Amino acid sequence: MDEQQDLSTYLPDLGFALTSIVLGVLASIFLYWLLNFLVNLLPRRAASALQPYAFIAPVLALVGGFLVWPTIQTMYLSFTTTSQDTGEQTFTGFDNFASLFGDPDFITTLSNNLLWILVVPLASVVLGLLIATVSNNVGPIREKVAKSIIFLPMAISFVAASTMWRFLYHYDAGNTQIGLLNAVVTSLGGDAVPWLQVTNFKLNDLLLMVIVIWLNTGFAMVLLSAAIKAVPEETVEAASIDGATGRQTFFKIVLPQIRATAVSVFITVLIAVMKIFDVVYAMTGGNYETNVLGVAFIKNYFEFGDTGKASAIVVLLMLAIIPIMIYQVRSYRKQEELR
Amino acid sequence: MSRTHSFATKLKKFRLGSSLVLLALMVFWSIPTLGLLVTAFRSKDEAFNSGWWTALASPFTQDWTLEPFSEALSANGLVPSFIATAAVAIPATILPIMFAAFAAYGFTFLNFKGKEFWFSIIIGLMVVPMQAALVPVLQLFVGFDSWLGDLQFNSPELFRWVPFWDENYPWHITGEYVSGWIVHSAFAMPLAVYILRNYMMTLPTALIEAARVDGASYYQIFWKLVIPMSVPALASFAIFQFLWVWNDYLVAFVFVGNHPVLTYTLLSMLGQYSQGWQLVAAGSLFTLIVPVVVFFGLQRYFVRGLTSGSVK
Repeated sequence: MDEQQDLSTYLPDLGFALTSIVLGVLASIFLYWLLNFLVNLLPRRAASALQPYAFIAPVLALVGGFLVWPTIQTMYLSFTTTSQDTGEQTFTGFDNFASLFGDPDFITTLSNNLLWILVVPLASVVLGLLIATVSNNVGPIREKVAKSIIFLPMAISFVAASTMWRFLYHYDAGNTQIGLLNAVVTSLGGDAVPWLQVTNFKLNDLLLMVIVIWLNTGFAMVLLSAAIKAVPEETVEAASIDGATGRQTFFKIVLPQIRATAVSVFITVLIAVMKIFDVVYAMTGGNYETNVLGVAFIKNYFEFGDTGKASAIVVLLMLAIIPIMIYQVRSYRKQEELR
Repeated sequence: MSRTHSFATKLKKFRLGSSLVLLALMVFWSIPTLGLLVTAFRSKDEAFNSGWWTALASPFTQDWTLEPFSEALSANGLVPSFIATAAVAIPATILPIMFAAFAAYGFTFLNFKGKEFWFSIIIGLMVVPMQAALVPVLQLFVGFDSWLGDLQFNSPELFRWVPFWDENYPWHITGEYVSGWIVHSAFAMPLAVYILRNYMMTLPTALIEAARVDGASYYQIFWKLVIPMSVPALASFAIFQFLWVWNDYLVAFVFVGNHPVLTYTLLSMLGQYSQGWQLVAAGSLFTLIVPVVVFFGLQRYFVRGLTSGSVK
C-alpha cells in the first residue's frame, strides 16, 4: 500500500518526462519533413541545388550555434572582466591571463594537468596492450571473461567510480580502517594514511589517475585487441621461422602493425584527460593540490562568479588542444586521399 | 620421464604464465566493484565498523540485508533522479542520431559546394572540449528565458489558449530537459556525423542510384533505404551516446538543474556518507543498473562502434 502511494507521487515527474520526450522527438522529425517540403516547393533547379542543405543545415546550425559561436564568445570573454555588482563587461586585455599565471595555485593546476597528460594516456595504452596481448595467448573462454571484467568500467560513470574507489582510499582517524588501502597498511604495522591529502611526490594526484586508468584501459584493450587480431598470421609465422623470440616478434613485427591504432587510442584518452573534471571534482574537489583545469574552470565560474577567468582557463585548454585538432584534420585528409 | 614431459606440454598448453598475469589483473580490476557490491548489502553498523572484505572472509556470520536499498531509494530522491536521467538520456540519444544521420547522408550521397570544407570543420570540432562553449550557451539560454518570460508577462493573451500553460509558472528552458538535449546533441554531433558517414561510405551507391532512377526522392531514399541499411552503425552510436549521457555529470549539473539526475544525486549522497557507507554503495549500484545492462546486453554493437571511429 505504502509503496503504491510512493510510486504515484512520481507520476507527475514521469508524465512530464514522457511528454517532453515525445514532443521533442516529434518536433525534430517535423523539422526535417518541413525543410524537405519547403525545398520541394521551389522550382526544380533551385530545389535540387538546395536539397543537400535540407539534410545538413540543421546540423550546421546546431554545431554553429551551440559549439562554434559560443567558443568564439568564450575567447572574447577571456579578455573581459565582468563586474560582480553591475554585471557590466569591460575589456581588460590579458589581465585574466596575467592574474592566472601570477597565481602559484594556478601553476600547480597547470602542472597537475601536465602530469595527467604524461601519465594516464601512456599507462592506459601500455596496460591495454599488455592485456590484449596476454589474453590473445589464452583460450577463448578465459579471454572473454578477462576482457569483460576489464571492459566493464567503461559503463560506469565517473561519479560512481569515485564512490567505488572511496572504499579503497578512505581514511578513518580511529582504529578500524574500512578503506582497503589503509587496512593493508595497518595490518602490516604501519600507520593509516589520509591518502587523498598526501601531496608528497604528488601521491594523491597519482591515486586519482589510477581511477581514470582503471576506467580507460578497457577501451584501449578492446581497440588494440582488435588490431592485434587483424595482424596477418604469416608475418608472425615468418618471424618465428627465422628464429625470432617472442619478445622480438612482438616489438619488431606486431607493434609496428598496430601503431596507428595505438596512436588513435592514445589521442582519444589524451583529449579525455586534458578536460578531466568529474573524478577530481568528486574525490577532492580540487583541494590538496590536485586541482586541474576542468575543475578550476567550474569553480571560477560557479563559485567565484568570475566569467573572465573561467573563460581564460578554457582558452588555455583549447590552445593545448589545437595541435591535436590539426593532426586530426590532416590524418582525415590523408585517409580520404586513399579512398 | 614421458609423464613429466606430457605434464610440461599440458602446462604449456594451459598457458600458465599468461593466465596468471591475466588473473592478477582481473582481481585488481574487480576490487573496486566488489567493494561496492558487498557494502551495498551490509547493515549500517557493520559498514561503519569493519571493512567490506571482512564480510567476504566470513560470509555466514555476516548480517546480509536489503535495507540499504529500500532506505536509499525512499529517502534520497533516487527514483525521481532515475526518471530525470532517462528523460535526459533517451532524447539526447535519439535526437543527435537523427540529426547526424541526415547530415551524414547529405555528406555521403549528395554533392554540393564546400562539402569537403564543412566536413573538415566537423572533424576538427570533434576534439573541442565542451567547456569551451559552456558559459556562452548558458548565457544564451538565460537570455532566451528572460525574453520569453517578458513576453508571457506582457502579453499573456498569446499563451492563454495553450493547454497546461500557467502564468504563475512561465515557460523557460534553463534547468529543464530541453536545454540538456540541445547541449548534448550539439556536443555529440561531430563524432556522430563522422561515425555515421564512415559507415554510409561503405553502402552500395548503385542501389541508391537505382532508386533515384525509379523516381524516389532523396528524402524517401533516406527513410526507406539508407536508415534500414545503417542500423548497425546507428545502434553502436546509440549505445555509446546513451552511456555517455547517462553517466554525464557536467552538462546535467549546469543545464538540467531543475531535475537532479542520478550522478548529481549520487554525488550529494557521497557528501553525506556519515549517514552510512552502505547507503552510498546501494545508491551507486542503483545508478549502475541501466548502463551495465545496456553494456552487457549490447556489448557486441558497442565494441563495433568503438572500433569504427574513436574520438570523444
